[in-house]
Amino acid sequence: MGKLWVISIASIFILLPFLGNAFSPESPTDRRVLVLLDDSAIKSSHSIYFNSLKSRGFDLEFKLADDPKIALQRYGQYLYDALVLFCPSVERFGGSIDLAAILDFVDSGRDLIIAADSSASDLIREVGIECGVDFDEDPSAMVIDHIGYAVSETEGDHTLIASDDLIKSDVILGSKRIEAPILFRGIGHSLNPANNLVLKVLSASPSAYSANPKSKLSTPPSLTGSAISLVSIVQARNNARILITGSLSMFSNKFFRSGVQKAGEKTKHEKSGNEQFLTEISKWVFHERGHLKTVNVKHHKVGETDEPALYRINDELEYSVEIYEWSGKSWDPYVANDVQVQFYMMSPYVLKTMSHNKKGLYSTSFKVPDVYGVFQFKVEYQKLGYTSLSLSKQIPVRPYRHNEYERFIPAAYPYYGAAFSMMAGFFVFSFVHLYSK
Amino acid sequence: MAAPETSTAAVPTLHTNNTLRNAFGGVLSFFILLLIGVLAFLIRLFSVIKYESVIHEFDPYFNYRVTQFLTKKGIYDFWNWFDDRTWYPLGRVIGGTVYPGLTLTAGTIWWLLNSLNIPLSVETVCVFTAPIFSAFASWATYLLTKEVKGVGAGLTAATLLAMVPSYISRSVAGSYDNEAVAIFALIFTFSLYIKTLNTGSLFYATLNSIVYFYMVCSWGGYTFIINLIPMHVLLCIVTGRYSSRLYIAYAPLVVLGTLLAALVPVVGFNAVMTSEHFASFLVFIIIHVVAFVYYIKGILSPKMFKVAVTLVVSVGLAVCCAVIAVLIALVASSPTKGWSGRSLSLLDPTYASKYIPIIASVSEHQPPTWPSYFMDINVLAFLVPSGIIACFLPLTDASSFVVLYIATSVYFSGVMVRLMLVLAPAACITSGIALSEAFDVLTRSIKFQLPGVSSGAEVDEGETSSDTTEARNDEVKAEKPEEKSKDRPSKKSKKKEREHVEKPSAKAKVKTKAEKKRLLALPLEASAVSLLLLILLGAFYVVHCVWAAAEAYSAPSIVLTSHTRNGLHVFDDFREAYAWLRHNTDVDDKVASWWDYGYQTTAMANRTVIVDNNTWNNTHIATVGTAMSSPEKAAWEIFHSLDVKYVLVVFGGLIGYPSDDINKFLWMVRIGGGVFPHIKEPDYLRDGQYRIDSQATPTMLNCLMYKLSYYRFVETDGKAYDRVRRTEIGKKYFKLTHFEEVFTTHHWMVRIYKLKPPKNRIRGKTKKSKSKTSSTSSSKRSGTKKNPWL
Repeated sequence: MGKLWVISIASIFILLPFLGNAFSPESPTDRRVLVLLDDSAIKSSHSIYFNSLKSRGFDLEFKLADDPKIALQRYGQYLYDALVLFCPSVERFGGSIDLAAILDFVDSGRDLIIAADSSASDLIREVGIECGVDFDEDPSAMVIDHIGYAVSETEGDHTLIASDDLIKSDVILGSKRIEAPILFRGIGHSLNPANNLVLKVLSASPSAYSANPKSKLSTPPSLTGSAISLVSIVQARNNARILITGSLSMFSNKFFRSGVQKAGEKTKHEKSGNEQFLTEISKWVFHERGHLKTVNVKHHKVGETDEPALYRINDELEYSVEIYEWSGKSWDPYVANDVQVQFYMMSPYVLKTMSHNKKGLYSTSFKVPDVYGVFQFKVEYQKLGYTSLSLSKQIPVRPYRHNEYERFIPAAYPYYGAAFSMMAGFFVFSFVHLYSK
Repeated sequence: MAAPETSTAAVPTLHTNNTLRNAFGGVLSFFILLLIGVLAFLIRLFSVIKYESVIHEFDPYFNYRVTQFLTKKGIYDFWNWFDDRTWYPLGRVIGGTVYPGLTLTAGTIWWLLNSLNIPLSVETVCVFTAPIFSAFASWATYLLTKEVKGVGAGLTAATLLAMVPSYISRSVAGSYDNEAVAIFALIFTFSLYIKTLNTGSLFYATLNSIVYFYMVCSWGGYTFIINLIPMHVLLCIVTGRYSSRLYIAYAPLVVLGTLLAALVPVVGFNAVMTSEHFASFLVFIIIHVVAFVYYIKGILSPKMFKVAVTLVVSVGLAVCCAVIAVLIALVASSPTKGWSGRSLSLLDPTYASKYIPIIASVSEHQPPTWPSYFMDINVLAFLVPSGIIACFLPLTDASSFVVLYIATSVYFSGVMVRLMLVLAPAACITSGIALSEAFDVLTRSIKFQLPGVSSGAEVDEGETSSDTTEARNDEVKAEKPEEKSKDRPSKKSKKKEREHVEKPSAKAKVKTKAEKKRLLALPLEASAVSLLLLILLGAFYVVHCVWAAAEAYSAPSIVLTSHTRNGLHVFDDFREAYAWLRHNTDVDDKVASWWDYGYQTTAMANRTVIVDNNTWNNTHIATVGTAMSSPEKAAWEIFHSLDVKYVLVVFGGLIGYPSDDINKFLWMVRIGGGVFPHIKEPDYLRDGQYRIDSQATPTMLNCLMYKLSYYRFVETDGKAYDRVRRTEIGKKYFKLTHFEEVFTTHHWMVRIYKLKPPKNRIRGKTKKSKSKTSSTSSSKRSGTKKNPWL
């Protein structure tokens, strides 16, 4: 009966993963990022990318991957909110970092960027596998595309690829279209199609394959065509975000600056799409886009304001929830026409699209089905690129009380008449029978 | 036992001291009854003394929880109670699906005591409800038997009932179940029926309906009453014993009783719509027809009557055929022919095991074995036949009822162990009659042959007590034709008058009988020896009953004890586990277990359960059964879809507790397979044998129940020897992938597992072994790597 507080506590627990994330809505700007490098030269050779991060307010800390002093956490507290692994060849991290530490880091809701390369170490491959990405097992393989390569003066092995096969999602890549192809040189990877957490952002063209460019192709390559993913993103169930790419050099100043012309195409772009692509996607990885939060989940009977402990069948109720998206600076109302609420007991009894007031308040009203039981208000909102919202709030629905049924049913008047006339008749009969002599 | 005392305790001066003697006898029987009540109460306290004042077993916990709700929230909230903590997510409308009699009784007692400023807890009241009502039940037995065969037989029967083991098994202190009050209501209804039958009083008829209403409130076994009484009425009509008393005893019961029964929410329209009640309506029609025929017969001349009969019969037959055809068509159109599963399994004992595994799986729904008769009614089993014979000497309306009662209840007890409980009162009544008659005969023969006692007076005395009912029945019959001519006198005067008429005729009868009995007297030695033997038999019964009450039926089953050489061991694992759940889990967490433990989990741990002992939804139970018989992953998915957080299994292999989940497991498979056909019983059996050792089938060794029961079991003794199945288990070392152990009680009797949450990430498909060749990192990680499911 008085389970209101129970339900509200339960809903808080459900919301906790969102509130307790490393991505803290209160102070999102001074986010600390640890960048692990193979070679301190990368710091300068990839400086444009790092500077773009810094200019967005990130606090980057550069360490060599085998630095014996590095650690992700101290006294049980994480020191960083995100980790960038620009160390494809590291065999073993220094300090207290190992594979398990990185995975725990991700499982605590923190973000990760991995850049592998051809001849990526087993450790980096392991990290990729644990995140759901399988790099080509051949250590010397690279992605080769004899048709979609980037035209350049020096090279003839077509490992420098100009790809423009991007995922179509404004949330992930920003609303501005990326015009120029993206330069890529490195190792390809494949994804398990059954894995719904990982997304192919940049895939290779159908003519690409993964092989060692130096040796002659003796057996058919294991990875071919657009099954090869060049850049992938993972959004874990706790909304930790991971970016995985097989090319460290695509972050480099050289690739950022260089012009690009795709083989067989006339147009030569002054500047490759790398900078725009990687900047935009880093915004996604660092939760500056596509991060939703829900607040003020409310439900009540039509005409009332207090949340009841339970509903009765056939009650009219209103359900509302506020959804906001993080814009990088503030929480803005999230506007979409496809947020649905379910009234769910083993299967949805009511499934309704909620209307919104453009200020983030989504609401709907519906009639409780004529079925009693323990229902849940469920909002399962999973949209490409957005954090998945999964709210559920338990609410029992009871049948009518004994005095909530109709007192007199018109259809039964003949029966009432029969009963009363019977009583009267019996009385008269008894009277006559007893006292007539 | 009691009978000879009353009959011999009288003063042998016949006419002057008759009233004094009656008064003395009355006071004596009052005190004997009081002592019987005390005996009935005290013999049931062994459980409290040996264990503690605690609610027993499974169903009583539910009743206790309901009573708590009633005392807290009041009767209207109880009536409308929708319980969202059981049968998640379906919930259960408690108010409309529970027999409220027991709860209301205990609630009323609690309320009374509290308003008298006696602050007893609800639990205490619940614990002691059953013993109190067994005292009532023995008094009701006294009333019933007294109506049949006199005070002596009544007292004997009451004494027997006070300690009959079968009834003790269901009414020890703490066994707070419907039967505790229902048996009292059952006997009391019968006794009022007999009383009405003997007196023809409308007052008792009305009282009978009210007590019948209480019975309907208390127990589903009320259908036994509403079938047995019509059977008896029919028997009376067929044997030509129709009388206006029979009509008064029956017609108000059907009308008022049915109306009242329909008021109980759980019965409702069932009182007029299910086949269980049709017999009473049919007999109701028949008795009216018969009454009408008698009336017509009185009015018409014999010749006219014959004509009328042929006319009516020919027309009536045609109408009857039509009506019966319609009725049969209606009934046959429903799939179960209008009978509920439990009732069908009463009529056809193989019905349940053929079609409803959920009914067959309950041990108390199994047919009993022969030893259980000896255990539960002991020497009564031998006394019953002689009691039946005694009922036929002479056969009255009342004694024919007793014969019918014992005959039907013997049949029903043969179908279902649980219905031994209905047999027990019948056996007590007939045995009481038998014992009392035997004592009567024997003491009379002794007295008759003892020198120095005036024999005539002696016989007379012995007679009056035992023959009163006989005599009464005789006169009543004699008086019947008179009644017709009487000018409707008021009830009281009529009664007096009748008594007046009775006396002389009775006296005359007694005299002639005394002459007859004189010849029937047994030799002195023979009677003394048989008296001694009968007392020995009674003593044996008492010893057995006390033993049964103390040892066999007092265990509360939530606390177990065992005696070994090292002394007494107490296994309090159930409460340990429930306390753990109560203190360590979230209040809205759902706990899945086999349905046996549902009531206890909701009552003791206060956690939501998926299924419980009220087995109303077979599909839901089958879902849990399927999960238990599936491999881990499939089970995890089933449980996850039901929002289950914890899984509880009961495991007896370490200490040898036989009624654990592994022993019940085949029922889970059967019930699960009944709804979800991919679960097949033969997959779990090796050559038709159920085994868990190395010969067990892979399906068995991989199912969830096996894994949850035997997880880490090998760590206890290094061999994983199961003491219940007396074998080493088949698969000793395995890991759980989708569940984690969170709590195991001290003796491993209850094990609680938590469902792991879904993986945060999904691994790629590359095998881990691939990277073996490479680096230190992989060897390092195997040491530090946590469970991938965390």
